[in-house]
Amino acid sequence: MAGSDVRGQRLAALCLLGLTLFSYPVLAVFNVPETVAGIPLLYAYFFVAWGSLIALMALVAERPD
Amino acid sequence: MLGTSVVILVSFAYLGLLFAIAYYADQRADAGRSVIASPYIYSLSLAVYATAWTFYGSVGRAADNGVGFLPIYIGPTLMIALWWVVMRKIVRISKQNRITSLADFIASRYGKSALLGGMVTVIAVVGILPYISLQLKAVSSSFTTVLQYPEIAAPAALHVSLPQDTALYVALILAAFTILFGTRHLDAAEHHEGMVAAIAFESVVKLVAFLAVGAWVTWGLYNGFGDIFERTAADAQLKPMLTPFGGVGGDYSSWIWLTILSMLAIMFLPRQFQVTVIENKDEKHLRKAIWLFPLYMLAINVFVLPIAFGGLLHFPRGTADADAFVLTLPMSQKQELLALVVFIGGLSAATGMVIVETIALSTMVCNDLVMPVLLRLRGLGLNQRKDLTGLLLGIRRGAIVLILLLGYVYFKIAGEAYALVATGLISFAAVAQFAPAALGGIFWKGATRRGALAGLAAGFGVWFYTLLLPAFARSQWLPAGLLEHGPFGIEFLKPLALFGVSGLDQLTHAMIWSMVANIGAYVGVSLLHAPSAEEHRQASLFVDVFTWPGEARFWRGTASSPSLFNLLARFVGLKAASEAFRDYARAHGVERPEADADLVHFVEKQLAGVLGAASAHIMVASVVKEEALTLEEVRTMLDEASQIVVYSHRLEQKSQELERASQELREANARLTELDRMKDEFVSTVSHELRTPLTSIRSFTEILHDNPQLSLAERERFLGIVIKETERLTRLIGQVLDVSRLESGRVEWHESLIDMREVIEDTAASTSQLFRERNVRLERNLPSRVPKVRADLDRIVQVVVNLLSNAVKFIEPERGRVEIAVAEDHGFLRVDVRDNGPGISAEHQEIIFHKFRQAGDPLTGKPQGSGLGLYISRRIIEHSGGRIWVSSRLGDGACFSFTLPLAG
Repeated sequence: MAGSDVRGQRLAALCLLGLTLFSYPVLAVFNVPETVAGIPLLYAYFFVAWGSLIALMALVAERPD
Repeated sequence: MLGTSVVILVSFAYLGLLFAIAYYADQRADAGRSVIASPYIYSLSLAVYATAWTFYGSVGRAADNGVGFLPIYIGPTLMIALWWVVMRKIVRISKQNRITSLADFIASRYGKSALLGGMVTVIAVVGILPYISLQLKAVSSSFTTVLQYPEIAAPAALHVSLPQDTALYVALILAAFTILFGTRHLDAAEHHEGMVAAIAFESVVKLVAFLAVGAWVTWGLYNGFGDIFERTAADAQLKPMLTPFGGVGGDYSSWIWLTILSMLAIMFLPRQFQVTVIENKDEKHLRKAIWLFPLYMLAINVFVLPIAFGGLLHFPRGTADADAFVLTLPMSQKQELLALVVFIGGLSAATGMVIVETIALSTMVCNDLVMPVLLRLRGLGLNQRKDLTGLLLGIRRGAIVLILLLGYVYFKIAGEAYALVATGLISFAAVAQFAPAALGGIFWKGATRRGALAGLAAGFGVWFYTLLLPAFARSQWLPAGLLEHGPFGIEFLKPLALFGVSGLDQLTHAMIWSMVANIGAYVGVSLLHAPSAEEHRQASLFVDVFTWPGEARFWRGTASSPSLFNLLARFVGLKAASEAFRDYARAHGVERPEADADLVHFVEKQLAGVLGAASAHIMVASVVKEEALTLEEVRTMLDEASQIVVYSHRLEQKSQELERASQELREANARLTELDRMKDEFVSTVSHELRTPLTSIRSFTEILHDNPQLSLAERERFLGIVIKETERLTRLIGQVLDVSRLESGRVEWHESLIDMREVIEDTAASTSQLFRERNVRLERNLPSRVPKVRADLDRIVQVVVNLLSNAVKFIEPERGRVEIAVAEDHGFLRVDVRDNGPGISAEHQEIIFHKFRQAGDPLTGKPQGSGLGLYISRRIIEHSGGRIWVSSRLGDGACFSFTLPLAG
């Protein structure tokens, strides 16, 4: 159980990280009329941050006990 | 290509294909070779979350306010990160208690309360109606839109009279399809393998369809993402969409509330609970689902913005419904095949949701609403009926039809007032009301049935008043004045600005008030009353599910085995009941099961799989005479059970400690035995070594004694030998004493600063006689200044003497040469004693430092020393913090070296 307990805690920490990434004031930083490679900064941020979060979740979830 | 007959034909072909997949999966499941026992199928089945709302509505939402569609998918991603803690627990609880639905879960937690189960069911059905109506609206309007081809119909043109109302037909067809799908037979475990397989397939279809149209819009209609966003930025009307917060996208607080709402929805939508918990085959599947399902949501959202902005740029304002862009964009470019694919994708999104949702709701309606009532009505004689499986199936089929028709009615009443997403969010807010009772129930033992009832009632009431009533009012089914002036003109109670709180969007407003009411009543009422015995027991089973020692039973009473069997047979059928009893008897190793607490519990659990916990409890109670347990007794039982856990834990610790202790003892014993053996060996070697000089002394003194006529020269020779042997004996005894003192630690060390130069000069002087005798040259190679070391002077002298005398002893006289050198070596002082003697073979280089071991074969070569000198030297050098070793090659001399740490 010790292994899964650590996994649960790490995933919960990722949840908190996600809540921070997708709320005020972090979102306000990106809510500006700039573009990255032609894509509005805010939308680019959403998908990059979201994808990275999923990648981290995969890493934590699939790590062997 | 997009004619009516083609579209209808393709639709039915698709539904037929779904049915075939479900049929195949069911067959495989019956054969024991499940196709859905895979984390990938499990993850895909979770994607039933993406409905027509996602498929059509997200684009509409994005076209309206930019980012508003995203929290619906980011929220679940965040929640899923908590699943390893929360959902794993719910799955474990549900498996152990054979939970059949969300209502069953909550009712079971709060003392198998039929009232609570019924309440959850009512809230779920009423709350989900807008959501189902959304699917009907999406399917029927996509159907109508496709049939308009090549015209692109404006939203207003879609109103039709009842006989041509596709929504009604869609509802009826879906009802028939769901009945075929989900209620072909009664599964005691409430598993629908065929349904899950079909849902997983639908998830693939809708994803592929959406990605296809997204890619076509992005790279076919426009020149990639950059092109679309560039044109959007160039359009004055659309430009604000690119920085939506604080403008078109609302403020950050409504964004947060949408995220929270979606976090709760992913857990408590009846269909999500069904696929995540009830249909879960293996807890471990969660591990893959934790990232695969969010990945699916990410993928299906990538093209939402390009399609939304593409649609807004493409069609003149107001000529096309943004909810239908996915379909109308390909149609406007005569992409008939793509439009058909999109239509099927939307159909799969909607059917998946409707099938799972209505099956989950019908199970709840049957198990937690209708059956408890029917079973209580003794007049119906249900208790006497032989086989009730038909009745159960009938109730479920009726519920499916009823739910879909109610969804249709809602669509007619309020469906036109809101866009797809806004309609769906009303349902999200309804199921969010389950969160306090369900989440609180698995972590807080103090929560009670009354608390859950009060919380749900309060939350649902506020939801009804602030979200559902305004929806009716907006569609002119209720007077619009209700919204503007409040009920009976009481402004204070306006549904959209309750207690005068305004300035929030409708959803945030409703969520805040309903959650305040819900959590407040839940916690407050729970704390007011103590839980009953039954509640206390269930609370422990739920909260402590991971630490519980197997299954706990709390039952006392009398029952008969045949009556229990008959009861089970009535609900699951004779065949299944016989099988269950046979398995039970085999598992318990008995011929016929005895009617004890175990069997009663077993039967209740089997029944719970069909009827739900509350009804099963009522039924079992009807055939057994149960003695009511008091709260005190349940507490005692629980305490005993947890005591057992504590004891067994302690016992385990103790036995581990014992094992460690005995292991240590074994090792100590082995060490002692070895020491004993070494002592014996030592004594025998010492005796042997002492006897050699003693024997020779004795024989020479005997010769002297017995032969008085010996010449003076001979006498002197013999006496010389006796003196030499005596000296050897003295030396040997001195060394043995040294060894025993060193080993027992009784040596007194007098440490002082030593000048190694002086030591070597003195030693050379004192051993010069030895060198002269054997005519060996001693060369000293000493630097003019040598750093001092700290050690016991006498002992170090002893070491140097030993090394020098060894060198002389083993060397060939006349040609021999011994060199002694001192040098500094990395913080140590190093002394080398090099000779040109016979050398020492590699195998002996370590052994010679051991007690009584000498180089050279002890059998042939006469030992030339005691075999203790080097051993003692090593003990001395190591005690002083240095190292002693020899480097040599056979026939090439030897070099003994030792080091001592520099003082300072």
